[in-house]
Amino acid sequence: MSPIVEITGLNHWFGQAAARKQALFDINLTMARGSFTVLMGPSGSGKTTLLTLIGCLRALQEGSLRLIDQELKDADEAQLVLMRRKLGFIFQAHNLHESLTAGQNVMMGAQVHPGVEADLAARASSHILGLVGLAERVDYWPANLSGGQKQRVAVARALVGGPALLLADEPTAALDKDSASEVIDLLRRLGHKRGMTTLLVTHDNRILDRADRILTLEDGRIVADDVRPSK
Amino acid sequence: MKRLLQRLLGRLPIGWLQLTHNPMRFAAALVGVAFADVLVFVQLGIMTSMGTATLRPYSFFDADVMISAADANGLTDGGNVARQWLLQAMADPDVIDGMGLLIANAPWDRGDADISLTTFGVDPARPTFIAPDIAGDLSLLEVQDAALLDRLARGLGREAAAAIRPQSPLSFETQGRTLTAYTTFAGGGGFGGDGYMMVSDQTFLALFPARSSAAPDHILLRLRPGADVTAVVARLHRLISDLDLRIRSYADAAQEELTYQKTKRPTGIIFGFGVLIGVLVGLVIVYQVLSTDVADHLREYATFKAMGYGPRFFVSIVLEEALILGILGFLPGFAVGATILAAMGKMTTLPLALTPSMAITVFVGTVVFSALSGAIATRRLAAADPADLF
Repeated sequence: MSPIVEITGLNHWFGQAAARKQALFDINLTMARGSFTVLMGPSGSGKTTLLTLIGCLRALQEGSLRLIDQELKDADEAQLVLMRRKLGFIFQAHNLHESLTAGQNVMMGAQVHPGVEADLAARASSHILGLVGLAERVDYWPANLSGGQKQRVAVARALVGGPALLLADEPTAALDKDSASEVIDLLRRLGHKRGMTTLLVTHDNRILDRADRILTLEDGRIVADDVRPSK
Repeated sequence: MKRLLQRLLGRLPIGWLQLTHNPMRFAAALVGVAFADVLVFVQLGIMTSMGTATLRPYSFFDADVMISAADANGLTDGGNVARQWLLQAMADPDVIDGMGLLIANAPWDRGDADISLTTFGVDPARPTFIAPDIAGDLSLLEVQDAALLDRLARGLGREAAAAIRPQSPLSFETQGRTLTAYTTFAGGGGFGGDGYMMVSDQTFLALFPARSSAAPDHILLRLRPGADVTAVVARLHRLISDLDLRIRSYADAAQEELTYQKTKRPTGIIFGFGVLIGVLVGLVIVYQVLSTDVADHLREYATFKAMGYGPRFFVSIVLEEALILGILGFLPGFAVGATILAAMGKMTTLPLALTPSMAITVFVGTVVFSALSGAIATRRLAAADPADLF
């Protein structure tokens, strides 16, 4: 089976002319389908840049990035938008829409796919909220949920569309130990059940022992690639 | 409402949910749109009323061609026309009759209020020049100092007007003479006077001794049935040697005065600007609400962008909000506007009313301008960069 992510000779810069600064240097990386990979590194090491490139949130400048068997080099904005529908995103902040209930926030993850009727999206969102333990909170506004519950809603929103690849940026940073553990367990369990690949950026050492693979980035370069025995 | 919008849009009605999530802001936005609609309704109502009032005196007469002085921009405006041109016009084979129309304002001291009646002096032997609903009473004017009075005149009083009949006439003083009104006709107060009065040309000349039958304000002509009015007007231009005279079809004269009142007179221009200001106020209010809303939800929009929602989705949210504000803001605007116009109409006796065409115009305008504001506000969506979320 082909890797879900295949990166070759990737370089990326920010700024123009004299202010131009390279953020990523000659990144070469493949990620197997269904793996749970943690990306670590100090601030400014290029983790987020790499994540946004894999997440089709930035245009590729140099090198090759094949994602779910599609080359992203020279992809236009419309192609990037379509590719993003195959991905799931979890951000450091939950980024739930304050005007939508938990159920409606999750529905947004389902309705991004054309042809998904509102009724089906509502059923799917209720189901997945049940899987993350929030069946009773479907009609709650985000303001009435705890931090851990909000992040679980964000997880449900990312997973409801059945993404092939989940990209998570410090999803446990704002959570206490128990909530963080709960969210990571949830990601592992649901990811495994659905054959989903996860790439998770974190500084949280508590997560490391759950990873199949730990990548370490420093100064824009991958300096360590630690593949763990599968659990 | 949510279910209806969900069915119409085929997706969650995010615009509606965003707007209603903050009820105070939503209410304030609706009040703003309603206020702009009220402004437009009132200004439009006054403009429409001005048009109705301008055309009303034309409806008292029945003519095909009108000859007026060069400076006569309206029926009650401008200099006189020499009667000789009436005789000259009669030489045209299609002109079958003509009448000089005399016009002046007659003050009437009603004790509690002085009113001014626009007075028409007409030939009582020529009922064909008078509108059918008035022409039947024209013979009453053959009596010296007889008058037909506007029963809707401002300050006259509906009961007093209703009591005026040939068997119970009303006598009153004006211009130092005692006139007797034997019956009434439907006119109404306008912007230039409080009402109308019709008298014979002889009574008119007695009321206004400085005026002469040789110099009426306008000359009205009737043409042979089937005659081509445009062709006759062209011939009259050649026939009448005073090249400065305005010779127009009666219908054109009415339309030209309407245009003049709306576009050249200060009142028309002021009310026109009033409509424009109302539209601009509405545009700014809706834009302000929407652009604030977009700015407040940039992070959520960026999240949706990251999830794979395209530009059309975001434009549709902003337009959804614009249309909701436009439609729901119109309803109270309509109610308040209609109430204000009715109250103003009652107080001024001007023909002020919120007509169905006005309501449709303002509704369509509100929706279109709300959508325009929404379209402008969508420019702020570009600031929602999903890459900034990480």
